[in-house]
This record gives sequence, C-alpha cells and structure tokens, in this order.
Amino acid sequence: MRPLTEAETRAVFEKLSKYIGENIQLLVDRPDGTYCFRLHRDRVYYLSEKLLKLAASVPRDSLVAPGTCFGKFTKSQKFRLSVTALDFLAPYAKYKVWVKPGSEQSFLYGNHVLKSGLGRITESTAQYQGVVVYSMADVPLGFGVAAKSTQECRKVDPLAIVVFHQADVGEYVRNEDTLT
Amino acid sequence: APGRSVEKAVLAAAEEQEAEKRRSITVEKELELEFDLGNLLALDRNPPRRRRCAGGPRREALSAAERAGGAGARWAQLPEPTFRLPREKPPPKPRPPTRWEQFARLKGIRRKKKTSLVWDEQAKEWRRRWGYRRAGGDPSRAWLAEVPAGADPEEDQFARLRREKRERVARNELNRLRNLARAHRAADRDELRQVARVARVSTASLGRFQPRLPKEPSELPSRSGGKKRRFEPLLGNLAAERSRQLEMLRDMGKKKPVLDITRAVNKQLRQEEAEAAAANKGKKQSKRGKRGRRQQRPGRSGKKSGARRQPQQQKPAGGGTGGGKRKKA
Repeated sequence: MRPLTEAETRAVFEKLSKYIGENIQLLVDRPDGTYCFRLHRDRVYYLSEKLLKLAASVPRDSLVAPGTCFGKFTKSQKFRLSVTALDFLAPYAKYKVWVKPGSEQSFLYGNHVLKSGLGRITESTAQYQGVVVYSMADVPLGFGVAAKSTQECRKVDPLAIVVFHQADVGEYVRNEDTLT
Repeated sequence: APGRSVEKAVLAAAEEQEAEKRRSITVEKELELEFDLGNLLALDRNPPRRRRCAGGPRREALSAAERAGGAGARWAQLPEPTFRLPREKPPPKPRPPTRWEQFARLKGIRRKKKTSLVWDEQAKEWRRRWGYRRAGGDPSRAWLAEVPAGADPEEDQFARLRREKRERVARNELNRLRNLARAHRAADRDELRQVARVARVSTASLGRFQPRLPKEPSELPSRSGGKKRRFEPLLGNLAAERSRQLEMLRDMGKKKPVLDITRAVNKQLRQEEAEAAAANKGKKQSKRGKRGRRQQRPGRSGKKSGARRQPQQQKPAGGGTGGGKRKKA
C-alpha cells in the first residue's frame, strides 16, 4: 500500500471528474475526518485516516482490501472505475439517468440502456458524458457513458442505445471474486 | 556379307547391353513428373517411396529443351519459368515522394506523356526533344545569341547562358540531395537519442569502454533521469497531501475550455425549441397551459411522462441520500 503518485492521482481525478465534476473536492476535503486515496495491488482505495493506520500494520500479502475500492490501474496505467465506487459517485453525480422498472433487470445483467428503457435523463447531458444510472425509485444501479446527448435522445428510435454500460450493481453477484 | 552379319550381331548385343543398363534406372511413375525447366525444377506428385532413383524423364525433358552450340560450348535455351518461387526478402518499400511529387499531388498536376522524338523543321528529320543533337539545336551551342531587350549590351550572353545552366544543375542537385535526406530522415530527435542511449550501453562492458562520439555528453541521462523510484511515505503528512490534491483539482478546473461547444450548441437548440414552443403557445393557449403546469409538478407525473418528454431539470437527488451513503462507507 502506498500513496498515489502525482500522475496516478491525476488519472484518478480525471476519471472521477467525468461523473462528479468538481465534487471530487468533497471527497478529498471532508468535514467528518481525513480521507485519502491509497494504492494497493494496482487498485485505488479510498479510506479514512483511522482505517489507514489500522491497515498499515497488516502485511501486504495478507491485506485484501483496505477501505473502498474505487477502481484499478490497468497495465498501461489507465484508471478504470469499478462498481464499488458507486457509493461515492451516486450522491455527487452531476448527470443522471433513470431507467424504467422494466429495463432495470436488463441493465443489471450488464446490457446498455436503450431508449425504450430510459425513464428520465438530466437536462443538458452532453454526448459521452459520464452518467450515474438510477432506478425510478432513485436507487443507484450503476454508471455508464451517455451515448446520446439529451437533445438527441428525444429523437432517436426506441431501440437505440442511450447509455453505454460500464458498471452495475449486478457485478456484486457476477464478479464477486474479483471485486475487492 | 558375313562381315555385315557380324557387325549387326555386335550392334544388337551392344544395344541389348545398353537397354539392360537402362532398365536398372528406368522408373515407373503413376503420375508423370511435372517440369519447370525455367527453374530447372521437377515436381513429383507421387507419394514418396523409400528409395529414390534418378529418373530418365528428367533427362528427356532436358534434351527436349532447345539446344544451341557455339565454338566449343554447348548450352540449352530454357523456357520461361512457370513455377512461381516466393521471394526471399520483402518487396522494397516504395520511394517516398519527392517534394515536387507531393506538391503535384496536392495541386492535382499530372505528368503529360511526351514523345522523345520531335520533328525538326529546319533539319527536316526526327530529332530528340532534349539532349545531344536535339531538335531546334542546343541554345548553349548556338553560334549566335540574341541580346534580350533591356539587357546590358556589353554583357556576354553566352557566358550568361552557361552560368544559368550551371545554376540550374546545381539547384537540381541540391534538391535531389534534399529529397534523399528527407527520405532517410529518422523519425524524431528523441527517438534517435533513445536509440543512441540503448546502443551505447549494449556492449559487454555496458558501455564503459565505449569511445565517445564527438558531441556526445559525457554522462548520458538514463531513462529515469538517474533517479530511483521513490514514493511518498504511507503515513506521511496527510494534510499536505490533501492540500496538494486540492491544488491539483483547482488546476484541472482551470484547464477546461471556456466555451464548451457541444453545450453551447445544445443551449442554442433548447432556446430555439423554447421559442418555437412559445410561438405555438400563442396559437393553442388552453392545451399548452395545462401541460406546462403539469410539467412543473415535482416528482414523476402520470404514466405519460416517460422518455418521450423529459422534464427540464431533475431535482438534485444528492443532499439527503448523500449524507447517508457517506456514513455507511
């Protein structure tokens, strides 16, 4: 476990800012204690100072997951968000998409959101903007990338993809062994 | 007559002997051999057998080739090869276009085919268009040179022609060399430097006894800049770390373009739509008014408010849930 280098921090922040914009500040500078990002086995964990101090005494090989995993660095040093970051993306998300109850299941099985399943979408969502996907009952289901801007969404046919799937809470079941 | 019969018998015996010899080397093949004499190649399509013998058909095929002879030498004229042998080396890369070719392609200039011979009216014969004994005569070899209007009458026009030709030749040569240099130019300075660095340390002594090139620095910088990889301590100054990250965030915010074109376009589109809606509203007042009111109601209204008609701005769902989530994490 080690702190992120500057390049790594930048990569993480740039990826996070696609979903929560400048709200990353609220993650970095929190009133309820000191929180930080740490790298462990190529994965980025977000954890409190208190937890950090506890985890520091655990040997590296024995340490499975300190704090919340935000995602991991690929071998080519790109940062990928994982669904475990959803808890921190959802409350601060700037652009949101709500899916209809009928297509919730489809999304949770890892499919893209089609226009027919689109309940609501934040106004002025640009194309390829990172969005957080909610059910109509405001339960965060995952996140993805807007395939169409809000304006275009009104015109496309019902079978067109509106949100590209990136992660969903179904992965907790499907990829249970790799989510740490 | 007896001499004749003896001769015949001897010849027959010799023929028989020859046939006997040949029998040991004749081979029966189910499929005939295929010959490609151009490559001096014989293809045997039969399944291989354990013992292989040199066969007669080869010799026959060769003897079928056209024979020719000169003084004390004999050779055979082989036909064109039919079997296409794969080439050993990859085909040569096409020459990169010269500067003129690039320019010509840009401008769409095509080469015009010109005959090499043109009719010379004076000489009454076909002559080369260019070069020695060309049509119209070589201007530099002319016995008379015209003094152009406005030129210095004292100037030697022959000398001028010679000088101009020399200049043209020199310029052509320079351009040719430039084109060559452009074709051979390495991709990048940095790439060259990197290659030089690798080449330098790729000796048995890791470059220790490698003589230095004239402009080579005494100490080549290593890839990492001579620094060891070092990370911040795990439990260092957390406050400093936080302030550094906040600084970085501020920096990233600054870099964003002032005008986001897609957003601007979307905004414009929305404005136009709103204007159109307002214009419509004037015509059908009652219906529009009702709809508008329904839209403003918070939360989800009736069944029809699906994807077809998105409400303008969703309620910021952050707030309350956000706090709860944070505590959980």
